[in-house]
Amino acid sequence: MKDFGFTISKGRSLDLDNLQQDRVDKLLELVPSYKLCIGCGGCTASCSAAGFTDFNIRRIHTSFLRARYDDLDKQLQKCMLCGKCTLVCPRGVNTRALIINMRRILAGVDSVTVNEEKGVVL
Amino acid sequence: MSKFSIFIIPFCIGVLFLLVISVWKYWRWIKGFDKLQRAIIRKNIFTWRFLPAIWEAFREGLLHWRITKKNLLLGYMHRSLAFGWFLLIVVGAVQASLGYPDGHPLWIAIFYNYFEIEASPVDFRHAVFFANLMDGLLLYVLSGLFLAMFKKVWSRPLGMKRTTRHTLTDRVAKLSLWCIFPFRLLSEAVTSAIHGNGGFLVKWLGGVFESIGLADPALEYTCWMLYSIALGTFFCIMPFSRYMHIFTEVFLIYFRQLGVHDSDKKTGYTMFELSACSRCGICIDGCPLNRQLAITNVQGVYMLQSIRNLELQRNAEPIAENCLMCDRCVADCPVNLDLSIIRRQVRIKNKVAIDNKGGYEYLRNIHPFNSIGRVAYFGGCMSHLTPGITRSMEAIFNAVGQKYWFMDKDETICCGRPLLQQGFEHQAFELRRKNTEMIVNSKATMLITSCPICYQSFKKEYKLSIPVMHHTEYINMLISNGQLKLRKDDRKVTYHDPCELGRGCGIYDEPRNVLSATTTLLKTKEEREKSLCCGFNLGNPLLDIEQQTKIRDAARDNLLAPNPDTIVTACPMCKKAFTRAEDIPVKDIAEIVAGNIINP
Repeated sequence: MKDFGFTISKGRSLDLDNLQQDRVDKLLELVPSYKLCIGCGGCTASCSAAGFTDFNIRRIHTSFLRARYDDLDKQLQKCMLCGKCTLVCPRGVNTRALIINMRRILAGVDSVTVNEEKGVVL
Repeated sequence: MSKFSIFIIPFCIGVLFLLVISVWKYWRWIKGFDKLQRAIIRKNIFTWRFLPAIWEAFREGLLHWRITKKNLLLGYMHRSLAFGWFLLIVVGAVQASLGYPDGHPLWIAIFYNYFEIEASPVDFRHAVFFANLMDGLLLYVLSGLFLAMFKKVWSRPLGMKRTTRHTLTDRVAKLSLWCIFPFRLLSEAVTSAIHGNGGFLVKWLGGVFESIGLADPALEYTCWMLYSIALGTFFCIMPFSRYMHIFTEVFLIYFRQLGVHDSDKKTGYTMFELSACSRCGICIDGCPLNRQLAITNVQGVYMLQSIRNLELQRNAEPIAENCLMCDRCVADCPVNLDLSIIRRQVRIKNKVAIDNKGGYEYLRNIHPFNSIGRVAYFGGCMSHLTPGITRSMEAIFNAVGQKYWFMDKDETICCGRPLLQQGFEHQAFELRRKNTEMIVNSKATMLITSCPICYQSFKKEYKLSIPVMHHTEYINMLISNGQLKLRKDDRKVTYHDPCELGRGCGIYDEPRNVLSATTTLLKTKEEREKSLCCGFNLGNPLLDIEQQTKIRDAARDNLLAPNPDTIVTACPMCKKAFTRAEDIPVKDIAEIVAGNIINP
């Protein structure tokens, strides 16, 4: 990041140098309904996992867009895919697909894992 | 009399090839069984279980009983080809051994009419009867063949709206199979035109051929050669085509009767299942993705095909992902294949890279509650979005004076099934372990759940030592032992069978008994095993909300057809799905019961 001589607390800075736009594009391509998200937080409010962990879909979604990939993978592991968030979403975002595909993208696994020679190896 | 002719060679090569390849494949698959499956086989192999296996193999492999129950004509078609051909072989063998009491090579039975050419054979009693019987059987097979050809043009009268799109191998195999029986008739007729042998059908056709001057030995030889080539081609291609199901189904039935079942990893047993699929395509018509969304390439038949076929394997994952896991195809499958389990195997395989990243410290935050003498009640995640269900269950517990521990009243982890369905095997395992620990430590005497997804998970995936009940079962038990007294009101209701409860766990009668005791239950067109999925099932992560709504609407229309006052279901997910349609009240069975309690 360019140092302009100002001090900005890390939590408030937006480091776009880290941003991997292709990850966001890929996610939007795999889960088109993600475009509809209005960030209302209904998903987070209804979340089963949020009851006893700090799991917060809304924060994860913001972190993903703002290139804060640090502990995302570990956070996403706490999701139990129970589907409550999908059911309460007022915009019909497929939040479960969002989470599964975020995990795939973060792990560098394409949505379809195919070995060029052997096909999908079961 | 000669017992050999050059044209038997293609047939013999085919039989030998088929034998070698089949033995090799089966040997490899049996070696691929996992430890549990081997242990089950060892335990049960010397028991009487082979008797029901023989009966089932006869009933399904030859008579195709389950298909017949679906559609008479379709059943007749499959039966005439399978049972008819089987009888042709058996009766042919008997005929040959009677005709050649001094022994004979294998092919005599197949090409009997060519070698046994006397017009009215006097070598053994009933020879004429046998000739006529063989002709009758050939006619039986040919009638099935005619139906099969008819089905290719117009499948509706045989109860199938859509049929399978086959691979090239399967098409070549089918063509060679279709050639076998007409060629047999032709060859026998030409031989009959020359020698006058055969039964009623062959003699008649032979007469016709003679009258138009086809009584030619060269033509006769060519016809028999073509018949032999058709047989040889079919046998050579069979192990690599869908017709491998003919033998494999028998093995599969036997292993299943021994108690073997599929696991979460691909095993030798899975290989038997893959090859036992005849690709009949019966799974396509019922699938809600086909019916409401016209997605026609993801059904069970295509999934198995894509796993088995090396060239199509790259399609296996996208196909496996696009499924509601509603088990409708499992209910329809005439071979009873574990389609959902095989689908899950593919999903698990493809989640390995992102599963098990550790980080289960959060599980320590959940503690059990001492519940000696109580029942544990697990509402399930979804029931927390439909609080009417959990409130009603609490009312019912209070009405019968049952002490209970509401396990997930405030917050707890999920049962793990949604994760497992998506292929996150390890993560699901961690949740199951924690829940098991909680239930065991609580010392509760029974587990009652309101969500069919949790119910199926606790029932099948957990190894709990206490009884597990869905609340419909529990309420039914309370009614039948007189603990719960209910009044009957004048509401007319229809009942929606949730996929996970009905097809998943076979709970059809309990909810109906409960509803009959409290309301007037109307029948719907597609219920029980044929019930339609509400579309909001957690199995499919790909569908968007419009697609889910379309599937839901079809299920709703089916429930509304008999004009009920209320739709009743037994699953919080289904309830939520139908509530959104906002036509008429949607209630869970527990809510209906809680409103009609007359206990003092």
